[in-house]
Amino acid sequence: MLAMLFRRLGLGAITVWLVSVIIFLGVEMLPGDACTAFLEREAKGKLLENCREDLGLNRPALMRYTEWAKGAVQGDLGVSAKGQKPISELVGYRLRNTLLLASGAILAGIPLALFLGVVSALWRDRPVDIVVSTLAIFAMTIPEFVSATLLILVFSVWLGWVPGIVLTPANAPLVEFFPEVLLPITVLTLVMTAHILRTVRSSVIEALASDYAQMARLKGVPYWQMVFRHVLPNALLPAINVIALTIAWLLGGVVVIETVFNYPGLGRMMIDSISDRDLPVTQAIALIIATVYVGVNLAADILTLLANPRLRTMHIRKG
Amino acid sequence: MTPSTTFQRPSHIARLGTVFVDIIVRPSGAIGLTLVIAHLVLALIAPFVVPYDFTEMNATLVMAPPSSLHWLGTDHLGRDTLTRTLMGGREAILVTGIATPLAVMWGGLVGIFFGLAGGKLDEVLMRIVDAFLSLPWILKMLVLIVTFGTGIEVLIPTLAFFYGIPVIRIARAATHDVVARDFVQAARARGHSKMTIIRQELLPNVRDALLVEGAMRWSWMLLAFSSLSFLGFGVSPPTPDWGLMIADARGFMSFSPLGVLAPMVGLSSLIIGINLTADALAKALGIDRAQKAPV
Amino acid sequence: MTHSTMPTGSVISVDNLSIGFRGKAGHMLPVLRNISLDVHQGESIGLVGESGSGKSTLALAMMGYLKTGLRVLNGDVSFEGQKMFSQRRAALESIRGGRLALIPQNSGQSLTPTLRIGAQIQEALKLHSAQPSETFGARVIELLSQVRLPDPASIVERFPHELSGGQQQRVAIAMALAGEPEALLLDEPTTGLDVTTQAHILELLRDLARDMGMAMVYVSHDLGAIARVCDRVAVMYAGEVALEGSVRQVLRDPSHPYARGLLASIPKLSDICLPRALDGRPPAPGGAGQGCAFVSRCAIASDVCSTSRPDLALQPSGARSRCHHVDKVHEIPLSGDREVGKRALSDETSLSLKDLAISYARPSLWGKSVGREDTSVPTVEGINVALRRGETLGLVGESGSGKSTILKTIAGLLPPLSGEVTAHGGAPLPSKVEKRASTELRQIQMIFQNPDESLNPRQTIGQILAQPLILYFGLSGQALTEKTILLLDQVRLGGHYIDRLPSQLSGGEKQRVAVARAFAAEPDLVLCDEITSALDVSVQAAMLELLDDLRRQKNTSYVFVSHDLAVVRALSDRVAVLYQGRLCEIGPTHAVYGAKSHPYTEVLLGAVLEPDPDFTPELSASDVVELAPPAMGCPFQRRCPKRIGSICDTVAPPLREPDYGHKIWCHIEEI
Repeated sequence: MLAMLFRRLGLGAITVWLVSVIIFLGVEMLPGDACTAFLEREAKGKLLENCREDLGLNRPALMRYTEWAKGAVQGDLGVSAKGQKPISELVGYRLRNTLLLASGAILAGIPLALFLGVVSALWRDRPVDIVVSTLAIFAMTIPEFVSATLLILVFSVWLGWVPGIVLTPANAPLVEFFPEVLLPITVLTLVMTAHILRTVRSSVIEALASDYAQMARLKGVPYWQMVFRHVLPNALLPAINVIALTIAWLLGGVVVIETVFNYPGLGRMMIDSISDRDLPVTQAIALIIATVYVGVNLAADILTLLANPRLRTMHIRKG
Repeated sequence: MTPSTTFQRPSHIARLGTVFVDIIVRPSGAIGLTLVIAHLVLALIAPFVVPYDFTEMNATLVMAPPSSLHWLGTDHLGRDTLTRTLMGGREAILVTGIATPLAVMWGGLVGIFFGLAGGKLDEVLMRIVDAFLSLPWILKMLVLIVTFGTGIEVLIPTLAFFYGIPVIRIARAATHDVVARDFVQAARARGHSKMTIIRQELLPNVRDALLVEGAMRWSWMLLAFSSLSFLGFGVSPPTPDWGLMIADARGFMSFSPLGVLAPMVGLSSLIIGINLTADALAKALGIDRAQKAPV
Repeated sequence: MTHSTMPTGSVISVDNLSIGFRGKAGHMLPVLRNISLDVHQGESIGLVGESGSGKSTLALAMMGYLKTGLRVLNGDVSFEGQKMFSQRRAALESIRGGRLALIPQNSGQSLTPTLRIGAQIQEALKLHSAQPSETFGARVIELLSQVRLPDPASIVERFPHELSGGQQQRVAIAMALAGEPEALLLDEPTTGLDVTTQAHILELLRDLARDMGMAMVYVSHDLGAIARVCDRVAVMYAGEVALEGSVRQVLRDPSHPYARGLLASIPKLSDICLPRALDGRPPAPGGAGQGCAFVSRCAIASDVCSTSRPDLALQPSGARSRCHHVDKVHEIPLSGDREVGKRALSDETSLSLKDLAISYARPSLWGKSVGREDTSVPTVEGINVALRRGETLGLVGESGSGKSTILKTIAGLLPPLSGEVTAHGGAPLPSKVEKRASTELRQIQMIFQNPDESLNPRQTIGQILAQPLILYFGLSGQALTEKTILLLDQVRLGGHYIDRLPSQLSGGEKQRVAVARAFAAEPDLVLCDEITSALDVSVQAAMLELLDDLRRQKNTSYVFVSHDLAVVRALSDRVAVLYQGRLCEIGPTHAVYGAKSHPYTEVLLGAVLEPDPDFTPELSASDVVELAPPAMGCPFQRRCPKRIGSICDTVAPPLREPDYGHKIWCHIEEI
């Protein structure tokens, strides 16, 4: 099993490395470079050369990549084109704020999704399932900016319960984000819950139809004991990976939500950096998000490996 | 009466028929397909049925409430909200309607090819696919759009490229499933050429998975398209587009909530329609969609 | 109509039970019709029937359990006087797994994958045992030893997937015994196991039932297994009991046409003729009509049979039979009459295998990169066989013996490690199918085990059959259609099948299409990989007849792989016995099945069950499953009951030839 663990870790590392290459090459292939982009196309002469000198753009690509990657590994993400500040510093608070948003959604969403998923599977095709499943389709498919705008309209414009726009500066203490952060967390939670509960529902239904669930009933195991001891441990294993993918995927959704609510997180910083054509910042944020994505998936893989006796005892079967 | 004595003439057309019937007898399929078809029809006929020109501004009637002249009121520039809502999906449907088949085709072909080739090549490709998928879609799209502009000629290939990548995975997995089955082995043992095996044995079986995948991709693309235009990176004004309309009307929604609600209903009903149809289609074809992650 | 008084001493009593489901058109379609059956104390009763006969539904109904969608239409089941279908949930739960326990068909899937074996048996004890919970640990070990599992202490700690199929089945039995049941329900408990494992499990069940005085309801399609463990048998057909009586009454001289047909369709070791096919297929649920359910397939049916449904009437012998013409059933023969051995074989060689060795294990990328030598023993080794034109060679062995692997190599799907495959005495065939010439490909055709897998579900039967016709003969248009219809006629399906999809055919019909596709190439050699094992026994008999017809017409050679020794005997001219990918014995069928044979052949033959109440299997070797062949010596060394000493472990056994053409590889001198 250790070998499998290391294999996963290795694959994760390779993926992150490939991402860094793709990001770097992607930016290289765009017309112009960080300086022309930032200073607009028509920039010429001294200004441009100075900028290139500052950012070290006049050196060969391979050398710049190595330097960038080396810095990134050590936590140094380079210097922004706009304002010439170290990116690590700029990113710090933004990352924290996005994590606040994400962890709020995860803490609320995962238990809710597991609960609703199991309930709708156990009462399959009953009213509760039909209601939950229909709501899930709505929550899952409606674009985040639509649900966000709708929530703002209802809860801040009409009811006036919570502010619809976040005005707290990025580096404020976390407590100051309350209650402004509640609406963005709600939107994120809605989408995440919908995705996870659909997976949970379908895998619980599959486990309920299994031979071992039927056998448990036929050896006299009471219904709820069958559900909790025989069905759920087996049904929730495949859910781990989908939960991870959903979390990772939501990092894309966060961008839109942060923009709608004017929330000072990583996502909005990314949009800003792209609009400003601040390529070093864009590169850095892309790398951070991709690393989180790979990391979350890796964690799920390892968790599945530990929780699934079939995989855990692999070495016994081989030996 | 044994079943073997009741003769039907089932063939592929008949199968398509049964799949279609299977879709529309499910409530989700019936509702979904109705929504999708209604939107497609509307996109075609909207220019001929809308009451106003979508660019026509009326400075005296800015953010007007619903009236007999303007059923859904007007926006901040005095344009008719109903007209713009009815017209607001045309660009999105045109772009995603072209990009979706392109994405499914290129992703599907690459996926099948590498699924068949296997070995190291396949390993390397899957790592690259993983790497691409680990970057948020919005970042990938935005970088290209900001550089190359927001015209249809940029949006279609960009969407088709990025949304074809996850299709590679699906096609590859479906190919692996089919290749392991005995009928492919039987065809190999008979000595059919690779191309014949792909065309006759593989494609008909992978097609189902790709069909469902295509429907899903369409809905994700619409979501991406309208999100981009909401963020100001999509359709350029004054072309009416739901995402852009919502972004514009957001600032005034306390005065004129219909300005955001109308395009919301338009966009949501299309996306929900596609998803309901995709769900019903997957069930009719025997594919469990909920087990798949939303990449 | 049917009796409803409950005789004293009956443990389970089924009273006029009908179960059905709602069909697409909204009608209730019955899967069980008016079943009345009593199971007495300490008695074991067999429920036998083909797939779809309702036997498993009946067994589950005895526990008050219905699969989703099924409903009781009328009647009830009582267990010790308690009505199961009007029982409260808690009361049912205390009966199930306690006084009434089930042993399921596929234990591998019926054990919860995430729970250790010990925990699963303890759970049953907690639910049903009155003993203090401290004793449970010891009781689990005791139960596991009772079902003769070696090293029970380590089994307790394992997960289901770490056990072999036979071990999983024993665990299921131990779990059923945990509640000290008065009655055991067994749903095909040995289906899917190797013959030796099956024989051992059946002996265990016999002994347990006798020692513990339990009643047993044994559900099976296998009359041989029923004959071994049951006192009484109920033959099920289309959701009805067609015949019920003692084992002797049912197996020796059944008084129902279906039971006779079923018995005649079973291949038997003692019989050199092909089994007799039972044509047609049973009606679908709800399709039985007014009359007797068997009328369309019955040789002695008269007008009354299609207008009135016969009762399950008591016969003078004591058996109950659902037939209008019990007086005439003796006209229906109980065995086949077609002898297969009488064919003239040419001297032309059709296929020869020379020193064939095959390995599934490919050295891993990692192993290759660090220069690790591949030390694994090949899966198959030392295969030398020659086959004459028109001859049929049977390949037998347990699962993992490499029989299907050899077929794949002959077909070019799996290149061998070393050795040659030659057809028609010419040059060796290229090992990869892609390198073979068109005629070489055409001459060798393969039929796979499961037609659901081997027929493309998206192609019509016409398209499936057209593929070889276009590929090898370039047919098109009218000629193609005519030839396709001819092929369908040859396998007795008829041209109207041409536009159907495989999913609209029964299992037997699908396999006929697969046969037709192989013969479309006009091959010299057809490789048959367990092609009847997914079929019901009456359908299997028809398939064997078809194969015999075709080889007589076309002078085709077969390599016929099967785990069923009786089937192989019925069809083969010569038989090769494989153990762990090595040949143990090869020779003419009568010689291999005769007095002198390899110890492994004896073990296999001893474990075969005959549908005969007086037949006793001889169990001489353990049923331990081996995962890999030993590195040296005789492949059968670890399980051989006749082992003569360390020579078996170290020296490869020499070839002995007791008769001309009959070869045995064994150290024992006077075989």
